[in-house]
Amino acid sequence: MDFRLNEEQQMLQDTLARLVRGEYSFEKRLAFSETEAGFSVDFWKQLSELGLTAVPFSEELGGFGGGGVEVQSVMTELGRGLCLEPYLQSVVFAGGLINQAGNDSQKDVWLSGIASGELQAAVALQEPQSFYDLNDVQTRAEKKDGGFVLNGRKAVVIGGHCADLIVVSARTASGISLFALKSDTAGIERRVYPTIDGSKGCDITLNNVHVGADALLGEDGSAGPVIEYQAGRAIAALCAEAVGVMEVANELTLDYLKQRKQFGIPIGKFQVLQHRMVDMMSELEQARSMAILAASVADEEQSDERRRALSAAKNVIGRSGQFISEQGIQSHGGIGMTWEYNFAHYAKRLIMINHQLGDDDFHLERYAFLLQAS
Amino acid sequence: MNINYTAGEVAFRDEARAFLDQALPADIAAKVKGFRHLTKEDHQRWQQILYKQGWYATHWPEEYGGVKWTPVQKHIWDEESCHYGVPRSVPFGVNMVAPVIIKFGSEEQKQTYLPRILSGEDWWCQGYSEPGAGSDLASLKARAVREGDHYVVNGQKTWTTLGQYANMIFCLVRTNTEVKAQEGISFLLIDMNTPGITVRPIITLDGAHEVNEVFFQDVKVPVENRVGEEDKGWTYAKFLLTYERTGLAGIGLSKAAMSHLKQLASRCIKNGRPLIEDTSFSQRIAKVEIDLTAATISNLRIIAAVEGGGMPGAESSMLKVKGTEIRQAINDLARRAIGPYAIPFAEEELNLDYEGEFLSDQNAAPLSSQYFNNRKLSIYGGSNEIQKNIVSKMILGL
Repeated sequence: MDFRLNEEQQMLQDTLARLVRGEYSFEKRLAFSETEAGFSVDFWKQLSELGLTAVPFSEELGGFGGGGVEVQSVMTELGRGLCLEPYLQSVVFAGGLINQAGNDSQKDVWLSGIASGELQAAVALQEPQSFYDLNDVQTRAEKKDGGFVLNGRKAVVIGGHCADLIVVSARTASGISLFALKSDTAGIERRVYPTIDGSKGCDITLNNVHVGADALLGEDGSAGPVIEYQAGRAIAALCAEAVGVMEVANELTLDYLKQRKQFGIPIGKFQVLQHRMVDMMSELEQARSMAILAASVADEEQSDERRRALSAAKNVIGRSGQFISEQGIQSHGGIGMTWEYNFAHYAKRLIMINHQLGDDDFHLERYAFLLQAS
Repeated sequence: MNINYTAGEVAFRDEARAFLDQALPADIAAKVKGFRHLTKEDHQRWQQILYKQGWYATHWPEEYGGVKWTPVQKHIWDEESCHYGVPRSVPFGVNMVAPVIIKFGSEEQKQTYLPRILSGEDWWCQGYSEPGAGSDLASLKARAVREGDHYVVNGQKTWTTLGQYANMIFCLVRTNTEVKAQEGISFLLIDMNTPGITVRPIITLDGAHEVNEVFFQDVKVPVENRVGEEDKGWTYAKFLLTYERTGLAGIGLSKAAMSHLKQLASRCIKNGRPLIEDTSFSQRIAKVEIDLTAATISNLRIIAAVEGGGMPGAESSMLKVKGTEIRQAINDLARRAIGPYAIPFAEEELNLDYEGEFLSDQNAAPLSSQYFNNRKLSIYGGSNEIQKNIVSKMILGL
């Protein structure tokens, strides 16, 4: 047993850590957030030049051949910088869906673009009524003229506002299917909004969107398991990101406890705050352990054991993230409530991570369901 | 023992309801109930209605234009106000500086300021906290040096709520550096239009502008604007804080928020059914509502004690902690209820005149912002840690 990164993995993490430190100051992030893309196009380019957008793809696809641990290393560093780039959506999730379900020609066309960073992809799997259940798909895809016609509405597509390619779930006569849509296809309407945590997304309405049969990813009606599997990889990646966010949140809080004085002494001398800081640290360690577990099962074959591990991880991350967010603000006092100081932005990201791919309640239920089923 | 209202109290409640039915502007109530931000004009319009009804100053003696309500009546008014969506009164003038002026101010100060607070002519804000003096308020540094018939004030105040609308500020300033921290503080009433005062907005994590920093550079304040004696300001400040603390538990607001949450959960959908029918979610709501029921009775016990001639003591500190935790728990559940739609910040939907299609629930847009904004509840008015210190010292003797 060895919990250390190997040399290659460590190098990957160090490279990105340096890049984030150099390019992603808090002030720069605020500026990136306000651009039309909602992230730094330059930083995205730098990630791809360093080969980081190719990390999870096989060497035949020009990739790095990395697995869950490599993705974990990248996501944790992106989390530390509160980076806004759509790595999770494009590289991990959309890339994963195409990689698993796509045929050779689809992989050729799209995966090389995603791996090189030239093509930005997003995933549109949730719907207004679906809550966090990705099997609740009401968007319809009807066969027509050798292709399909899509109608429906997809909810909260992070990065979808500027994606070139959108992977959409829709129900055909055979069941849930996946389609890769070029975002400029006629009939795609996007309502773009900023998100609470500083990035951007959209809701997408599909109005008689005609696509060819080559847009169908995988077999007609058999996308359910693909979506579930890749959502699991995305959950593992989100957990890793959350650990990076929590690390910095705790570092900021600890610094503040040492430096802020009231009643003539640093507030970190008060036992109530010492114990709270210890609790925040314990929560982070629980979260870190679960992110490791999630990363180690992310690329394993699907099983109830994998399902349980991923739901357990997302549940812990959701709870520890909220604890650190709330107690960190409380420990900072008023200054933790301000836009100008970075802590609040870490806190907001942690709470929003809980709203991506199922919150702690959702995964608690899922875990309990698997427990009963076994 | 009887935990019900008397016939007289019930009659008062009916009177309050009849008044609110007829007098509360629907657009203002809609904003309050939908958690939208109120404008200065909204506050002022409602203040004028209350003023004309004679119900604006509920903490003042009648001789100054106050209304003679018992503690229970005040409580009933507060409950009904929250239920109807009455804007929370901006307390700095009517409920904070006015009681200090009434108890410790000069006759001239009473005649100058009280009528202007009552009529809404003056908008007051509070100059207490400083960047280096939060929980440890007595360590404040803003300096006032006496020069003939005025003080010269230099320093900085912070977290000044709605200071951008105010024309008057009451300030704690240091007039003596030779004595113990608490003994060298004075209480000044300062016109915000005096040269040398700068107000800078502080934007909070939800993007809102509620609080400000106020800078004082060689600001001349006439000596007659000092309340009470020089260097005795701490006594007046503490007196004011007891007024701040009452009502901070926000039980009425929690009840309104709870009813809003239940309506929201009956509209939101999970697994094809209303979320309120989901066992685990309804149990989460139930748990908070049960806590709220307990806190409601605790609140009534404190009010009954005050009605019987007692003073609200450290019990109100305990209730502040519980009450704010409950309100934060309600906000947490409301944010959870909308699932993935907690993520978008659909600012256009915050406008009540918005006529477009809603992304999800019509009341979803402010919920995440409100959750984050209300983290302040456990920080302001004496952080919950400070409240617990008060309880452990005053009640437990630790």
